Amino acid sequence: MNLTELRAAARAASDPGVLAAAIPFGRFIGLSAVLADGELLGRLRFGPDVIGNPALPALHGGAIGSLLESTALFQLLWDGDVTALPRTISLTIDFLRSGRPVDTLARASVTRQGRRVANVRVEAWQEDPARPIAAAHGHFLLTSD
Amino acid sequence: MSEERRLAELERWNRQFVSLVPFNRALGIEVDTLGDGTARLRLPYRAELVGNPDSGVLHGGAITALLDAACGSAVFMKLNRPVTIATLDLRIDYLGPAAVGRDVLCDTVCFKVTRHIAFVRGTAFHDDGAAIATAAGTFMLATPHRRTGP
Repeated sequence: MNLTELRAAARAASDPGVLAAAIPFGRFIGLSAVLADGELLGRLRFGPDVIGNPALPALHGGAIGSLLESTALFQLLWDGDVTALPRTISLTIDFLRSGRPVDTLARASVTRQGRRVANVRVEAWQEDPARPIAAAHGHFLLTSD
Repeated sequence: MSEERRLAELERWNRQFVSLVPFNRALGIEVDTLGDGTARLRLPYRAELVGNPDSGVLHGGAITALLDAACGSAVFMKLNRPVTIATLDLRIDYLGPAAVGRDVLCDTVCFKVTRHIAFVRGTAFHDDGAAIATAAGTFMLATPHRRTGP
């Protein structure tokens, strides 16, 4: 199934999780996407493998970064009319709080989408969206040539 | 403590720490070499780490995890004793896709440490020199850094 078909299938099912399930790395670390009140949320399921500091314990920065980057990509695929998988140009992650050993959610907003490049902001939280554990902004290349 | 002994102790501790971190283990991140404020970590290619199923290219998140782990290792190797650290920020520029089937290497250097903060930069690449990503990060030290040991 190509990207256009995959997105059509996800939209027909009103389930952005269909997009997430197509990505091997996402399946491997427990990433998914859901719709909540019409808004796309990325989710990192907690499991023993996503721990970065066993003493605290706290989630690995790479796992949180993966959630942020993936949620930005899911948002671009879900809302936009991109025909190729966007490629990350740059990503800046601010780690705001230690990630506790529970599920983590994230939402992305496309600050600007041009023909070739999109700028996306993302925030991740656990119980309370007003207390984000990490935030990121990134640029994504939308053209495939 | 002699410089040689400091580095040997930090290296032993650092290798053990990296190998005990569950996410590093799950991804297959390995320590190649460690030096005075430097680290080289390796991520062997695996199908589970692919981000684009059509091309087989690794997911950016796997590169982020490698860079984060390698930046943290470089900070440890700059200190006088093992100290808990937390990533404050990490900026990654993706210079090109990782080649399918090849290990990704990551060299990092902690070029400045103050009482509370460590500054790091790093590069992810293949062994033929092809660049994949560069990173710049800052880390907070749980206990203030002192120039000499206790």
